[in-house]
Amino acid sequence: MNFDPRFSGRKFSSVGTRPLRPDGIDKVTGRARYGADFNMAGQLVGRVLRSPHAHAKILKIDTSKAEKLAGVKAVITAADLPDLTDGDAGMYDVLDNCMARGKALYDGHAVAAVAAVDASTARQALKLIEIEYEILPHVTDVDEAMKHTAPLINDAIFTEGLEEKPAKPSNVTKRSQFGHGDVHQGFGHADVIVERSFKTEQTHQGYIEPHACVANVNLDGTADLWVCTQGHFVYRQHCAQLLGLEASKLRVTSSEIGGGFGGKTHVWAEPVALALSRKAGRPVKLVMTRDEVFRASGPTSATSIDVKIGARKDGTITAAEATLRYSSGPYAGTWAEIGAMTAFACYKLDNVKTVGFEVLVNRPKTAAYRAPSAPMAAFAVESAVDELAKELGIDPVEFRIKNAAQEGTRSSYGPVYGPIGIGPTLEAAKHHPHMKAPLGKNQGRGMACGFWFNFGGQTCVDLNIGMDGSVSLAVGTVDVGGSRASLSLVAAEELGIDYAQLKAVVADTSSLGYNDMTDGSRGTFSSSMATISAARNAIKILRDRAAQTWDIPVDDVVWENGHAIAKGEKYGNLAALSLKEIAAKSGTTGGPIAGHSELVADGAGVSFATHICDIEVDPETGAARVIRYTVIQDAGKAVHPTYVEGQYQGGAAQGIGWALNEEYIYGKDGRLQNAGFLDYRIPVCSDLPMIDTQILEIPNPNHPYGVRGVGETSIVPPLAAIANAVSNAAGVRMTHIPMSPPRVLAAIEAERGG
Amino acid sequence: MVEVTLWGALGQLAGGQSKVEVEAKDIRELFRKLAEQYPGIEPWIEKGIAVAIDGTIYRDTWSKELPQGAEIFLLPRLAGG
Amino acid sequence: MAGIAVSTTINGDAFEYLCQPDETLLDVLRDRLGLTGAKEGCGTGDCGACSIILDDRLVCSCLVLGAEAEGRQVETVEGMAHGDQLHPLQQKFLEHAALQCGICTPGFLIAAKDLLAKNPDPTEEEIRFGLAGNLCRCTGYDKIVRAVQDAANVMKGA
Repeated sequence: MNFDPRFSGRKFSSVGTRPLRPDGIDKVTGRARYGADFNMAGQLVGRVLRSPHAHAKILKIDTSKAEKLAGVKAVITAADLPDLTDGDAGMYDVLDNCMARGKALYDGHAVAAVAAVDASTARQALKLIEIEYEILPHVTDVDEAMKHTAPLINDAIFTEGLEEKPAKPSNVTKRSQFGHGDVHQGFGHADVIVERSFKTEQTHQGYIEPHACVANVNLDGTADLWVCTQGHFVYRQHCAQLLGLEASKLRVTSSEIGGGFGGKTHVWAEPVALALSRKAGRPVKLVMTRDEVFRASGPTSATSIDVKIGARKDGTITAAEATLRYSSGPYAGTWAEIGAMTAFACYKLDNVKTVGFEVLVNRPKTAAYRAPSAPMAAFAVESAVDELAKELGIDPVEFRIKNAAQEGTRSSYGPVYGPIGIGPTLEAAKHHPHMKAPLGKNQGRGMACGFWFNFGGQTCVDLNIGMDGSVSLAVGTVDVGGSRASLSLVAAEELGIDYAQLKAVVADTSSLGYNDMTDGSRGTFSSSMATISAARNAIKILRDRAAQTWDIPVDDVVWENGHAIAKGEKYGNLAALSLKEIAAKSGTTGGPIAGHSELVADGAGVSFATHICDIEVDPETGAARVIRYTVIQDAGKAVHPTYVEGQYQGGAAQGIGWALNEEYIYGKDGRLQNAGFLDYRIPVCSDLPMIDTQILEIPNPNHPYGVRGVGETSIVPPLAAIANAVSNAAGVRMTHIPMSPPRVLAAIEAERGG
Repeated sequence: MVEVTLWGALGQLAGGQSKVEVEAKDIRELFRKLAEQYPGIEPWIEKGIAVAIDGTIYRDTWSKELPQGAEIFLLPRLAGG
Repeated sequence: MAGIAVSTTINGDAFEYLCQPDETLLDVLRDRLGLTGAKEGCGTGDCGACSIILDDRLVCSCLVLGAEAEGRQVETVEGMAHGDQLHPLQQKFLEHAALQCGICTPGFLIAAKDLLAKNPDPTEEEIRFGLAGNLCRCTGYDKIVRAVQDAANVMKGA
């Protein structure tokens, strides 16, 4: 297809408006069907048995008693999921994570599963499975895991990315390095150097809907999977590979999804449910409990980061360096690498060096969490930047403006930037009334910048025009927060019709070509590109049908405002034909009218944001409270501004929880102590103020409407903005996230005592 | 002939060079020639490498042309949330 | 195990069901009666996604036994709209985009309805504390609070 994705600067009539979302009515009436809201006739209940040990050899599993329990239809272990990964190390880790193979690697690691006629039988059956463990020494802290004396989680791991292969195995799977220039020389030119170390604790995406699926494997090798996921096509590929099914015979339907934030980009229990169904010969519904969600899905990395930044008296940064250690759970990851790439991406630096270390720990497998790895790196860097500005006596916003990256700057991760939005978000922050608002006693203000890459990827869309002139849009990117509304707006814009004439649905894997998942802020960016392309293809056909009706050459027919128009004086008496009129006659002009599009939506364009935050700290308890919060972010073009604001506010709120309260707490025994919403407390309504937003629109040159992804960047600055505000309010630099009351109080008391 | 900048780990596989010259008109040809010249890089291409052309990152469009004089930068392919 | 016979009223209609002694009202609603509007986010009363109104009292249905509904009035999200008329809260949640993924929405709607029944003119702070038992991970609550404020204004005028 000849599709030109370049920004065209058109005037919009639908895009930028704020209509009701098409799936809204189902969601406010309780009719929308999420992962656990679907049932199949004769379905069994699946339950998973999990390791209570952080690290243990599985010597023996005896399932015989469970199998004999009345009502139990299948019991599986790793033996029922043979290794079909064919040397694909990443998929082998996914398989091992779904069901432990010989060794349990964290508290909550699946070791067996049952399918039974009801939940209480399934629970009883789990108790009858006898497992003999040999408990091994464990390590859960990222710094401890790097020590030479730490227990080895996988003795086949020899650190990649070193000049020479190390002689001994370790828990460090990989070293990565980015940067340019000569930091040693750069620090030599600095008048002031700030050097600090930071830690961040592990957090969970905290989606309210636990993982849930219904799996049905038929005797003929066909299968169906109903599942809450950010990417049903990816789940299909992974499940098919792990189960040895043919991908096209496994139909995966994505349910409505109750939050994902990166945590539903990954299969956890779905292959287990399919394996249970295959063994039992019946459908199996498997829903995780909240405890399982915390112990065995999702979390982000815990980190330990050293930052060193030097500047001249005039405020020019001369060199910047960071060492970043990220935990990845018991399997190799690339999380520190991403942190190392994003850490200094906001700045124009002649000399910069970042080094990342991926570290294995006995914790659940790290999964992506909204702009994965970037918030922790930004916390460390932006805290040090604030300290440096303070030591130089320069306003923190001015200091950042002076050193901000711009078009033509070599980014800290390598390439030279095109048009970018960091400068405009900083200028907007400088002039925002929030920056000048007075502060009260025990209050402090902080600000910080954030960067994220944004992705595009494989995308496929079908646009079908009904004979009544209504339009159905079938997309393959799961709608996690209003993308059916934004994509309908885009289709309405391109076709020149009313938004109400359209209905967008998320198609299952058998109804549409492959789509990458909704991650990397790509949902609206990539599917809108495919929607525009599909609409343009439909318009070609609509013009052709009008030309047939009029019996004139198609080149004389143009498409304007939802109508075919015969161009030229000689056609003066031909009345324009609406989409509806052309559709009504489609049966006799060549059959159904549709537009399809299959493309790779590359050129997503990097994204920047600046956040401002006011905090009040109670010096008696150490409790920090957000009293005002402002998000300023470049959207390229906000297709549905209300949902763009929603993304900004939601990311900020997640960042606030991470900064102030959320953390995985492990005991000495390596077991997670707070696997529930009571003890892992995410922000509630009374914890937060209104979150103000300012949308900047610096068009992305690689999208016809200038759209950039907006979903993730909003979680990058909050950790740092809040840390800067707490530090200003408490009068002491906070270096450990979350800044929970005991940590803040300890810092205040240490400062008083010192 | 385009000049291609490699990130750290990839540079080691190309004999410690951070920049290599390759005769390639698009990303597909670039990957093919890199794999021929530096076989160690091939598994990385299989796993996924992104190519930044004048600052815009391409992850999957292997047909993308490499303009003469453009800045070509290879990057690891990342995960998103 | 013998089931317990329960007669109750749900959204104004009479219901009879058999349930196990250890079965929660949430499981009864979802698995026996097909009323899947109430969601299970935690099963421990921490998230509010399963909020229902039981005899004028807001409760987490995951903390109520199915047998406890005997002779009582149960109100769920499925009963909020009347015929083709959405409840003002439902309408305002749509207009303000007070939902992204929507999994918490039924619980928020029920909790907000209970709040406005007891306090028809709440301040922002009263709304925030009134809804503090319901978790939302998508919106940052901003648009939820605004939707409830707007619905309160509409309902006062009605």
